[in-house]
Amino acid sequence: MSDDRDLQLRTPDRPLPKPDDVTSTYWDGCARGELLIQHCPKCGHRQFYPRAMCTVCASTPEWERASGRGTVHTFTVIRQNHAKPFRDLLPYVVAMIELDEGPRMMGNLVGCPVEDVAVGMPVEVFFDAADDDLSLPFWRPAS
Amino acid sequence: MSPRTDPSRTPVIAGIGLSDYPKAPHLDSVGHNVLAMQRALEDSGVEKSAIDGYVSAGGGSGMNVDAGVQLAEYLGIDHRWLDSTMTGGSSFEFHVQHAAAAIRDGLAETILVTYGSDQLTRMGRMLGTGGFARTGDRIGGANQFEAPYGNSLVGAYAMAARRHMHEYGTTSEQLAAIAVGVREFAGLNPDAMYRDPITVDDVVGSKLVADPLHKLDCCVISDGGGAIVLTTEERARDLRQPPVYVLGAAGAQTHWNISQMPDFTQTAGARIRDVVFGRAGVTPADIDTIQFYDSFTITVLLLLEDLGFCAKGEGGAFAESGALRRGGSLPLNTDGGGLSSNHPGMRGIFLLIESVRQLRGQGGEAQVPDAKLALAAGSGGWLSCIGAVILGKDRP
Repeated sequence: MSDDRDLQLRTPDRPLPKPDDVTSTYWDGCARGELLIQHCPKCGHRQFYPRAMCTVCASTPEWERASGRGTVHTFTVIRQNHAKPFRDLLPYVVAMIELDEGPRMMGNLVGCPVEDVAVGMPVEVFFDAADDDLSLPFWRPAS
Repeated sequence: MSPRTDPSRTPVIAGIGLSDYPKAPHLDSVGHNVLAMQRALEDSGVEKSAIDGYVSAGGGSGMNVDAGVQLAEYLGIDHRWLDSTMTGGSSFEFHVQHAAAAIRDGLAETILVTYGSDQLTRMGRMLGTGGFARTGDRIGGANQFEAPYGNSLVGAYAMAARRHMHEYGTTSEQLAAIAVGVREFAGLNPDAMYRDPITVDDVVGSKLVADPLHKLDCCVISDGGGAIVLTTEERARDLRQPPVYVLGAAGAQTHWNISQMPDFTQTAGARIRDVVFGRAGVTPADIDTIQFYDSFTITVLLLLEDLGFCAKGEGGAFAESGALRRGGSLPLNTDGGGLSSNHPGMRGIFLLIESVRQLRGQGGEAQVPDAKLALAAGSGGWLSCIGAVILGKDRP
């Protein structure tokens, strides 16, 4: 996206996931610009992070595409981190995003001053590529 | 008589030992375990050959996953009962739960628990703010969904603090009151890392590390180690110290990785509260002193609420009331805690050791007058695994 440099995402420089047999479906979705979560065909439970079984009833879960919209459940502004590349991105927001579908996931909220972030703030997902095969989801204030 | 109902098998803590802290460049992690063991044996009068049970969570910097059995070999423990439960900083409260049950059940007579870490000497102070993933790392497991976003250990606790502030109006000043009271006790401990008094303004005026937590909301990073010896009441009669009774112990887990915390304002303490107090047959109002895991000020506040010392949401007002300070109704962390004295990485064993010192009346200037009941509560991981132990001066 055009505003990547403005947002200082530095995605290729970040620690990156090592997808496994279960999580590769999620990361393949991210590479296509789709945010995937799991739901259980037996008990209806929705979950994130992806697992080989439903954490409630132990059945095999199925994938579904999430809306990519949610709210800030809680957050912090990281002002000290000595590790590359984060030390060059300070200060930045790490937030727990509660998806409209229910599950929560961790991410960085960008695209607004860190002082403007608040619990309950509506946000939406976007993706930034680390390489041809891997993209990370990020969050920005909902349009 | 079944061992489980035999009063002579009532589990007690008979010995305690600390290695050197807060900075001990002459010791590596194994060396901390050794010195703490030697001092616990000396304290108790237990012969090393009498130890037939051993517990280590490992966890010292430089140690591998097999640290428990490596240490058992190094220390030369011929055990017939072993535990290597590793729940982070609360491991030792889980250990006491397990060891007390084993002693009561006749599976072991004398159990040694040791811990040691040269974290400050070996790793420096970066752990809380960037000791994790960096450029070039490829991360598997559950952490693949956190590592790309640069959260820190402090940031994990900060997210719990932020949510508590949002739901209950808790303030930074209320959290700061916890650090101020613990520092007051550190001033009485000549070995504590930081001893000069601080004020609420000092805490909230210190640098923000991860909003809303400031530098002085965070524990220190140190070297250190500890050991305890558990045995039966009957055996303790012939030993050097008055026994301290294990009245109740419990532990539980809500999550491991912070992004999986089901409720950012409540720990597993809420789940074990009734078990630990029920076993001990006492209530929070009966407790004379608490030794709580103070990795961060928010850790103490959540444990206060979850273990029933005040209602959910009232931890801030409770901390501000002065109850936790020297001379208050519920003195907290009389050794100066992790916030001001020492924190080698997994602090739970020091909570037990200081509880025992208080119940023996060996607290020195920090002695809580007439202390009969102490609660040690550990938090491991990222508010993930909570273990609590109620210890008593008097026979149950």
